[in-house]
Amino acid sequence: MSNIGSYDDRVKNFDWAISEKELDYKPGNVINIGWYCSDRICQMGKANKPGLIWEGSSGLEKTYTYNDIRLISNTIGHFLRGLGLKPEDRVCLFMDKIPELYIGFLGILKIGAIAQPLFSAFGDESLFVRLENAQTKAIITQKKHVPKVRKILGKMPFLEHIIIVDYEPGKPLLDREIAFNMDTAEKLEKFEIYPTTAESPSVLHYTSGTTGQPKGVKHVHYSLISQYLTSKWVLDLKEDDIYWCTADPGWVTGTSYGIIGAFSNGVTQCVLDAGFSADNWYRFIEKHKITIWYSAPTAIRSLMKAGEEIVKKYNLSSLRHLASVGEPLNSEAVIWSDRVFGIAFQDNYWQTETGSIMISNYPGMKIKPGSMGKPFPGITATIIDPEKYEPYKETGKIGLIAIKPGWPAMMRTYWNNEATYQKKFQNGWYLPGDRSSIDNEGYFWFVGRDDDVINTGGHLVSPFEVESALLEHPAVAESAVVAKPDFVNMEVVKAFVTLKPGFTPSKDLDLDIMNFVRKKLSPLAMPQEIEFVDMLPKTRSGKIMRRILHAKEWGEEIGDTSTLEND
Amino acid sequence: MEEMKDVIKDYVIKEYVEDDTEVTYDTPLISGGIVDSFSMVSLKRFLENKYQISIPDDKATPEVFDSVNKIVALVKEYIK
Repeated sequence: MSNIGSYDDRVKNFDWAISEKELDYKPGNVINIGWYCSDRICQMGKANKPGLIWEGSSGLEKTYTYNDIRLISNTIGHFLRGLGLKPEDRVCLFMDKIPELYIGFLGILKIGAIAQPLFSAFGDESLFVRLENAQTKAIITQKKHVPKVRKILGKMPFLEHIIIVDYEPGKPLLDREIAFNMDTAEKLEKFEIYPTTAESPSVLHYTSGTTGQPKGVKHVHYSLISQYLTSKWVLDLKEDDIYWCTADPGWVTGTSYGIIGAFSNGVTQCVLDAGFSADNWYRFIEKHKITIWYSAPTAIRSLMKAGEEIVKKYNLSSLRHLASVGEPLNSEAVIWSDRVFGIAFQDNYWQTETGSIMISNYPGMKIKPGSMGKPFPGITATIIDPEKYEPYKETGKIGLIAIKPGWPAMMRTYWNNEATYQKKFQNGWYLPGDRSSIDNEGYFWFVGRDDDVINTGGHLVSPFEVESALLEHPAVAESAVVAKPDFVNMEVVKAFVTLKPGFTPSKDLDLDIMNFVRKKLSPLAMPQEIEFVDMLPKTRSGKIMRRILHAKEWGEEIGDTSTLEND
Repeated sequence: MEEMKDVIKDYVIKEYVEDDTEVTYDTPLISGGIVDSFSMVSLKRFLENKYQISIPDDKATPEVFDSVNKIVALVKEYIK
């Protein structure tokens, strides 16, 4: 019997108080995610239960019980407090998927500071933009990533501490750098956890939009209420499960479901810190007898591409429930996984701003391959007319996904950007920025983004950010960036570029520009294809008409070209 | 062949390694997290430019790019 049981019954009888009661939380009380993810689990008698089983790319394995997680997060909190860090200070986690990231996250929350996880592959410019916006006080990182921080340090007088978790004794510690070794630091039994309340800020995740710089999405400790319950009802996490969430905590899935949802439910979770390899992934599942696997369409399509022969080499019979998030899971992937694993991946839909799963498939509910399912109990979601912002009465019409505000994990604002935050709400609805339709059984069918943001490998990339980076290359005069279809990643970045006088297109220049953007922003933002053109399509007022380039890439109708300058 | 190994190793270190992580001819590059799947595209482009070859996309898998030695073997398949 699944945790959710009957979806329809849950919808009829739902109240977020169900989650509050399970967590023994009463409105108005102290609520601290760090405590709920460690101390509370120990108090429930699971102190010796493995909470985190970590494996690195070299095969090194470390196991942390919930008591270890409790003690070490206390130690980290104490260390941060000793540096002078205070409640609501932003502390960035800029690490690979190592234990220090998972447990450090909890330590930051325990002192009431705001955890700001950032994807460790970000280049120095991407890093700077996000740290500068948040006025981050401290960054916890590894020695391999320190050079990126040092490169931009001169521009960041607000950054007081660079905490290196794998510092090599004998090597010099430079300006503002300090070493901290999580495994050798004295474990602290007693620690005064800061009494955060429901609306105390907890996590700051950055997300990209079409225009402007990335936005800091502010979450609060009350988000636990929906992250806990969606983990239990959508991912079906139970006492004896061994859970693997493949997402990096630099992204919201990796924190909401790779840390908070997992630990607050007291399950054993396994983390593999290694690059993708189908063999290695299946080996990992077999070795740790993974039962619940939460992954992403890009990874699933990569597994499809690797073929079915590899699967036969491994015993994956431990798997009992599979879920996917990041971008719509195409029906072929659902059907493939059902055939190959005997279990279909269940798609679900949410975003950084929503903090927890909004629309989903559920254990026991009929899956329609290609559909993202139905709203989570307690979530009112519909499709609205993009001009009138009124819900459609008929099914089957494509419009904007709209969600009634007020669920626990809903973002509270964009950091220092309240005006942009307010624009996310129209006529009493929160608009995620995606288009969909609903069929006559209430299933949602994703159509596409309502803007130019590129979704590559499940991560949003801003064309504006990439274009801005391209313009910094000495050879580039103008650029336009669009999404290009890709089997594995759904979309990849493609750049159209005009060159300055004195530069000519060449394969070497193509590669140079790719690497330039990759190092400045991130591998995700790197154009996977660059097309040198003599001119970009523009309106008479000089605005680049990206939609024409997009339509050509996708084989779509170009549409109205009456405003095109050079038509 | 020695020269190709060193050319590729030096390029990987220059483009993808930010600290003093040791990279040998057999260091796992993709599964070891040194080169991620998105960056693999730029590495493929480098090899194609350098050795005047064209590697079909469906042959450019994480497995064949996972070490300098494996990359050398891949390049040799396509050199005329």
